[in-house]
Amino acid sequence: MKAAEIAELLNEPACVHNKKEKAGCAKTKPGATAGGCSFDGAQIALLPIADVAHIVHGPIACAGSSWDNRGTRSSGPTLYRIGMTTDLTEQDIIMGRSEKRLLHAIKQAIDDYAPKAVFLYSTCVPALIGDDLGAVAKAATEMWGVPVVPVDCAGFYGTKNLGNRIAGEAMFRHVIGTREPEPVPESAQRPGITVHDVNLIGEYNIAGEFWHVAPLFDELGLRILSTLSGDARFHEVQTMHRAEASMVVCAKALLNVARKLEGDYGVPFFEGSFYGITDTSQAFRDFARVIGDPDLMLRTEELVAREEKRIRAALAPWSERLKGKRVLLYTGGVKSWSVVSALQDLGMTVVATGTNKSTEEDKARIREIMGEDATMITDGSPKALLQAFKDYQADILIAGGRNLYTALKARIPFLDINQEREFGYAGYEGMLELVRQLALTLEAPVWDKVRKPSPWAASKVAGEALTVAGAGHG
Amino acid sequence: MAEVLKRSKPLAVNPLKAGQPLGAALAFLGLKNSIPMLHGSQGCTAFGKVFFVRHFREPIPLQTTAMDQVSSVMSSDENVIEGLRVICEKNRPDVVGLPTTGLSETQGTDIRRLVREFRQQHPQFAATAVVPVNTPDFSGCLESGFALALEAIIDVMVATSATAGRRKKQVNVLCGSMLTPGDTEAIKDWIESFGLRAVMLPDIGDSLDGHLVDAETTPLTLGGTPKSEIASMGESAATLVIGRSLAKAADLLKQRTGVPDFRFDHLLGLDACDAFTMALAEISGQPVPPGIDRQRAQLQDAMVDTHFMTGFLRVGIAADPDLLLALGQFLAGVGADIVAAVATARADALSDVPAASVQIGDLDDLERGASAHRAQLIVSNSHAVPAAERLQIPLLRAGFPQYDWVGGYARTWVGYRGARQALFDIANLFLGNPHDIPVHRSIYRTDSGRDAQGGAPAGAGLVRHQGAAGHA
Repeated sequence: MKAAEIAELLNEPACVHNKKEKAGCAKTKPGATAGGCSFDGAQIALLPIADVAHIVHGPIACAGSSWDNRGTRSSGPTLYRIGMTTDLTEQDIIMGRSEKRLLHAIKQAIDDYAPKAVFLYSTCVPALIGDDLGAVAKAATEMWGVPVVPVDCAGFYGTKNLGNRIAGEAMFRHVIGTREPEPVPESAQRPGITVHDVNLIGEYNIAGEFWHVAPLFDELGLRILSTLSGDARFHEVQTMHRAEASMVVCAKALLNVARKLEGDYGVPFFEGSFYGITDTSQAFRDFARVIGDPDLMLRTEELVAREEKRIRAALAPWSERLKGKRVLLYTGGVKSWSVVSALQDLGMTVVATGTNKSTEEDKARIREIMGEDATMITDGSPKALLQAFKDYQADILIAGGRNLYTALKARIPFLDINQEREFGYAGYEGMLELVRQLALTLEAPVWDKVRKPSPWAASKVAGEALTVAGAGHG
Repeated sequence: MAEVLKRSKPLAVNPLKAGQPLGAALAFLGLKNSIPMLHGSQGCTAFGKVFFVRHFREPIPLQTTAMDQVSSVMSSDENVIEGLRVICEKNRPDVVGLPTTGLSETQGTDIRRLVREFRQQHPQFAATAVVPVNTPDFSGCLESGFALALEAIIDVMVATSATAGRRKKQVNVLCGSMLTPGDTEAIKDWIESFGLRAVMLPDIGDSLDGHLVDAETTPLTLGGTPKSEIASMGESAATLVIGRSLAKAADLLKQRTGVPDFRFDHLLGLDACDAFTMALAEISGQPVPPGIDRQRAQLQDAMVDTHFMTGFLRVGIAADPDLLLALGQFLAGVGADIVAAVATARADALSDVPAASVQIGDLDDLERGASAHRAQLIVSNSHAVPAAERLQIPLLRAGFPQYDWVGGYARTWVGYRGARQALFDIANLFLGNPHDIPVHRSIYRTDSGRDAQGGAPAGAGLVRHQGAAGHA
C-alpha cells in the first residue's frame, strides 16, 4: 500500500474533528508501544464473515499467535473459525516462492472447504518482499470462479484502527455493490408492516450478543441486509449498497464505509451503540427517523416503551446493589463512551474513562455524556491505571482482557469488555448479563480474603512467637 | 525410527505452530527483572502478549521496536537503539531480551551490531544485559526460538571460566520449552532432596507460576533466574540438560565453563525419572532419599492399575518436537500406540518418536491422521478442541497455548508424581468415553424408539461420545 493511500485512510472527512491530529493513529514509539497492528485490525473487522476462507499470507507469527482468538459467533457456517495461513518458510521468502504458495493455498482452500469467497490478508513480510496480492487474487478468481479479495494490511502500516479502515476499504472496493439483494420472502411479509433494509457497520456479535437485539429488528420490520461483520455472510456484504440506512456501531473504525455508502449510493448513516438501555432505544429511534416512515416511528416508540419497562423492572433488584458504585473504565475507541451510558443507566458512577484509542469524535461524545470536565485517561500503563483507580476511589476496573491480570494482581474487581470476552452485553437483555457480571465480581467474597495478610504476619511484626498464637487453639 | 514426512500442503490449516520470537520471549520471561522486546512491528508483540496472557493468566512484560512503514523500508536501526534506551531509562531492567522477527529479518537487520551501537551511545546503561537473538518466524518453531534464546543468554551472560566445581552443591539446569512452571518447581524440589542447589535457566517456575505479590504492578518479570546466578553457572558441579532442542546451548555452556553435563530428552515416565534420579545421586554422592523410593513405587502401582486403559490405546499427538518425543515415549511406555504424530518443525528428536511416521504439519494433519487410524485420544494444545469434537474423542491438553483451560501452566508432568497423575488423567479420559457397542435396532421391532442424538458439548477437558449413551 502506498503512503498516500494510507494517509487518505487516516484522513476521514466524515469525522467532524478531522482537522486535528488523529490521536487514534499516533506514531508508534519504540520500547513504549502497546496495541495491535493493522493486520490485527483488518482481521478482526472481517473475520466474522462466516462463510469465507480467511487466508493469512505470511510466516507463522501472524496467524499462529492469533487464530481462533475472537469471541465472535456465527448462527450458521463455521468456516471462519478454521485457521488458514501460508506459513511462509525461509525458502519461500528468499527464492520468491511465496506468491506461488499463496496461489496453491487458495486452491487448497477452495477444494477442501468450498468457501463462498476467499479473503487474503497480507502481512509484513510479503509486503516487504513485494508480493502482489491483487494480482494473485485476480488470477485465482479467474481460474476457479470464486471471488478472491485481497486485503493489503501489513502490520507495519500502522495501528489496529488503521487496519479496521483498510478492511472497510477492501470491502467497499471489492465486495459491496457486486450483488442485488433477494426479494423479501412472502412468508416473512406481515400485513401493515413495510419492510425496510438496513446495515449495521462495526457490529461484531461478540459472544453472540447481537442476538439479544436481532429479534427486535425482525419485530419492527427492519431487515438487516448485512452487518459488517458480525454473523455476516459474503453474499450479504455484497448487497450493502441497497440499504435505506446504515448504523455505525463501533464508532470511527469503519466510518469510511458508511461515508462512501452515503456518497456513492445515497445510503444515509448515523452512529450509535447497543450498550445500555438509553443507547439501544436511541438506535431504534434513529433508524425510524433516518428512514422517515411515520408508521415505523410509531411502532418503534411502542417497542421502546414496552422493552424499557420490562427491562427496568428486571434490573431493579440489581440496580439496588450496584447503585453508587464507582467505575474506572479503560478501553478503546467506541467503548469509551458507549459503555458509559450503560453504566449510568444502572446508577453507577463512571469516575474516569480511557481515551488512548479514541478519536477526537469519541472524546466529544464522552464530554456529551459525562459532562465537559469528564476525566479522560491517556496513559494505559498498569501503574497509571492502578494509580487512577486509587485517586478516583473506584470500586471496579472495566477494561480489555489485556488488563485483566493487572487488576487481579492488584486484587481489585474487574470486568472484561473487549473482543475475547465470553459474555454478551448488547441490547436490553444484555444489561441483565452485565449487571450479573458486575455484581459477581464486585460482591465476590474472595477480595477480602486475598487482601488480608496471613495470620502469622501480624504476630511476626509484633515480635511474638508463632506458638503463642497457636496456643489459643490448643 | 520414525520416518519424518515433510510438510505436504501449501496452506496450513488450523496451525499448530507458534513462532520462534514467542519461544525466545518465553525464555527471557524466565529471567529475573527482565523484559523481552521483539524487533518487529507492534503486532508481533501484541499477538505474543495476548498469547501468553491467556495461557499463563498473568500480566506479561513484552515490548516492541514498533517498526512502521518508513522504518520497514528505510531502516529500523534507530528503532532498536531508541527502544533499548526507553526501556532502560524507564524500567532499569537487569536483562533485555532482543529477539528478531520475520519482518526485521527479511529487512536484514544486524541485531548484534545494533546492540554494540547502543552500548557506545548509551554507556550509562552498562548494568543492563542486552541479549540479541535471531529468531525469524519463517523458520523453526516456539521450541527452537526458545533454545536459540537460551544459547544467546549463555553467550552474553556466562563468561569463559575454569572454575567448574567450585560450588560443590550447585547444579545448573537448562530447562527446555516443554517444561511448565509446575515442572520446574518439581525439578527444583527433586534436586534439593539430594542436598543440592539448582540454578534453573530459565526459571519460569519462579516468574510465571501465578502467585499474588505485594507489589501491585511491575513492568518487568516477577521472578526468574537472577543475573548473578547466571554469572555463577561456571562454578557449578554439573549441568543437567532437559530437552534435546537445547543441545547447542548445552555445548556452548560446557565449552565456556567446562562444567560436566548430563543430558536428558525429557523427564516423563519411569525410565526417564530413574535416569535423572541416578544422575542426582552421582552428582551429590548421596543415597537416593526414601521418599523418592516411595513415589517410584506409587508410580509403578498406578502403571499397573491403569494399564487396562492405556494398553493398545490409539493416540494422536501434535506438539513441538521435544514434547512430542516426551509424550510419545511416555505413552508408548505404558502400552499405547502412537497412531498419528505431528510436529511443528524439523528436529533431531523426531526420528526417535515411537511412531511409524512423524508429519511436519498442522492440526488438520492431526485430525486426518487420528481419523484415519481411529485414534481414541488426542494430545495437543487448546486449538485441538474443535478437532476432538469432530472426532468425538477426548483431548488431553499439552503444550502452547492452553487458553480455554485453567492451570495448564501449573500442571506437573515430570517426576514420578507427575507421571502418576498423567496416567490417572489419561485413564479417566478413556473411562469417561465408554466404547459402547452401537445399538442395534431390529427391523422386526415395532416400538420405534426415539432417536436420541443429543450430543454432549465439549466439556472442559473431556469430549464425550454422542449417541448410544442417550438411551441408557
